[in-house]
Amino acid sequence: MKKFFLILIILSGSFLTAKEITVSPDKAPRTLTAALMQAEDGDRIYVQPGIYREGEIVINKSVEIIGENFPVFDGESQHQLFTVEADSVVIRGLVIKDCGVSFIDDKAGIKVLETKGCVIEGNRLEGNFFGIYLAKSQGTRVINNDIRSNATSEAASGNGIHLWYCKDADIHDNRIEGHRDGIYFEFVQDGNISGNFSTKNLRYGLHFMFSDRCEYRENSFINNGAGVAVMYTKNVLMINNRFADNWGSAAFGLLLKDITDSKISGNTFSRNSIGIFAENSGRMTVEQNDFNDNGWAVKIMANCMENVFQENNFLNNSFDVATNSRNNFNRFERNYWSAYQGYDLDRDGYGDVPFRPVRLFSLIVEQNSTALVLQRSLFIDVLDMAERVLPILTPETLIDEQPALRRIPRSSGDVTAGK
Amino acid sequence: MKALRKIIKYELQNILRSKWILIYTLFFFLLTDSLFRFGGSSGKVVLSLMNVILLIIPLVSVVFGVMYLYNSREYIELMLSQPLKRRTLFLGLYIGLTLPLTLGFLIGSGLPFLVHGVDIVAHQAIVFMLLLSGIFLTIIFVALAFLISTVHEDRVKGLGTAIISWLLFAIIYDGLILMITYMFIDYPLEKPVIALTLLNPIDLARILIMLKLDIAALMGYTGAVFEKFFAGSLGLFISFLSLILWSTLPIWIGSRMFERKDF
Repeated sequence: MKKFFLILIILSGSFLTAKEITVSPDKAPRTLTAALMQAEDGDRIYVQPGIYREGEIVINKSVEIIGENFPVFDGESQHQLFTVEADSVVIRGLVIKDCGVSFIDDKAGIKVLETKGCVIEGNRLEGNFFGIYLAKSQGTRVINNDIRSNATSEAASGNGIHLWYCKDADIHDNRIEGHRDGIYFEFVQDGNISGNFSTKNLRYGLHFMFSDRCEYRENSFINNGAGVAVMYTKNVLMINNRFADNWGSAAFGLLLKDITDSKISGNTFSRNSIGIFAENSGRMTVEQNDFNDNGWAVKIMANCMENVFQENNFLNNSFDVATNSRNNFNRFERNYWSAYQGYDLDRDGYGDVPFRPVRLFSLIVEQNSTALVLQRSLFIDVLDMAERVLPILTPETLIDEQPALRRIPRSSGDVTAGK
Repeated sequence: MKALRKIIKYELQNILRSKWILIYTLFFFLLTDSLFRFGGSSGKVVLSLMNVILLIIPLVSVVFGVMYLYNSREYIELMLSQPLKRRTLFLGLYIGLTLPLTLGFLIGSGLPFLVHGVDIVAHQAIVFMLLLSGIFLTIIFVALAFLISTVHEDRVKGLGTAIISWLLFAIIYDGLILMITYMFIDYPLEKPVIALTLLNPIDLARILIMLKLDIAALMGYTGAVFEKFFAGSLGLFISFLSLILWSTLPIWIGSRMFERKDF
């Protein structure tokens, strides 16, 4: 509430005194830097189309910068471009490109440092080292930006949207392509990330650590180098996202490491080498997700405990569940498995014979990867069947007692975030 | 050539009259159609059909081929008394049986795909590969059957050999591969295993289909080696060369033995 009043006061102040400044290539002020000198808090600066080469632009007043028809700010491959140091700055409708690579400081298209309530909206960032870099900022909104780069090596590239020690960030409807990590969070709290489209990034589509209580909805992470990695975090909500086409021996749709008390619901995992890889994670609810055509739908290590997988659809995965131990401390309930072959005599919609999602063959492949060539061989099917009847090597308690007979309908429908 | 055509024509008439081939066609038609109706997703149809193709076609082809040749014993003896090359007779019998079996399979499992046509587009490559492997497996296992029944005079022995050879190719061979990979687990075995699979037509067909179905799982290192080989043009060429060798060699050896055989 206090914050609300603060904004109200700032706004009301701006109504009284706000003036408008127009920057254009033909009429003074010809540069944004000059315009910023004249400006005072609450002013609005319009930027006419043109190419502006001004090096670093430091914004230390609470102004609103609005590009008309996408004026271009060019860093000429050597300058950090926008540095925002004032609260409530708005940057809208600019093209920001080529800030250049640096191994000493994190050069970015837009850098927001220790501010409150800034808005970065509808910009196009092209070929920057870091795209949008937020540090120690609160309540920043990053909306509808198009962030592209063509990074070729992990060492010489930065992240599309990078947050460090931020609070209440709101990141939505951005498109990020060709950076190192699409979206990177470290020590971020209460973030809200929705409707973003992250693709073709070298490392992860989304990467976060130590970022408690964040919420991810309806994002798409497609064809990134190693998928999505989330680590060392509590109370995460991941809802209705799409994880697809992450291929490779170390590529995951979603890598969970030390994630606790979180909920993963309504997501679609398709055509990944590994859909979800969970390590040392606990008390998660994984429900109502679709796993289609993955190599391994779920790989869950034995150090994961008290996780519940319920009402998911496992369709046409080469391996449904794999693990590395005979012990299992997780529950699988009422999922639909396309590999299930049981029957339902009492007609309650759930199979009467429990389903064991861990195939013997997945253990064989784990030890002896060359054996993968025998996938779908009758010999292997016979082995799997024998193991299912009398489990000797696969975890005895990793079992779905009530496998659903019909595909579980998705409450929210398919996610088509992306542009 | 004229004689060959005549024999084939007679064979076709004979086989059609026996109605077995219609049952075979109907079997594939009903199977594929019901898979479409009850199976739901097209991926599942392809998967079930793959198992049938890899197991049923070799079994039916080899058993039916062996029985067929034993049952035509009197007809063969009759034809041998005519001024006719033995090779022509043998080839005529072979083509006369392979053709209806192939067509039966193609029509039986192809029609439902045309009827429920929607799925063809999504799984075009897999369906094509499925039908192609079916055709090759028919040709190969009828050829094996002809070789077996030429070697063994005794029907029971012939039938036994046929079933054992099917077991060997369909199941035991994979067990051997698994054993070998475990015995030499410390060595990089990708290439020897590729060589081994090239020697078994059922494995070869299975891998060519699997590459399309399990592509995501194959993207680890080992899988990538297989994928690279079998999806590359050289690998495809070698695979098809092996399939062609498998379809011609037995029939060539068989026909040479048939020429020298004392009836």
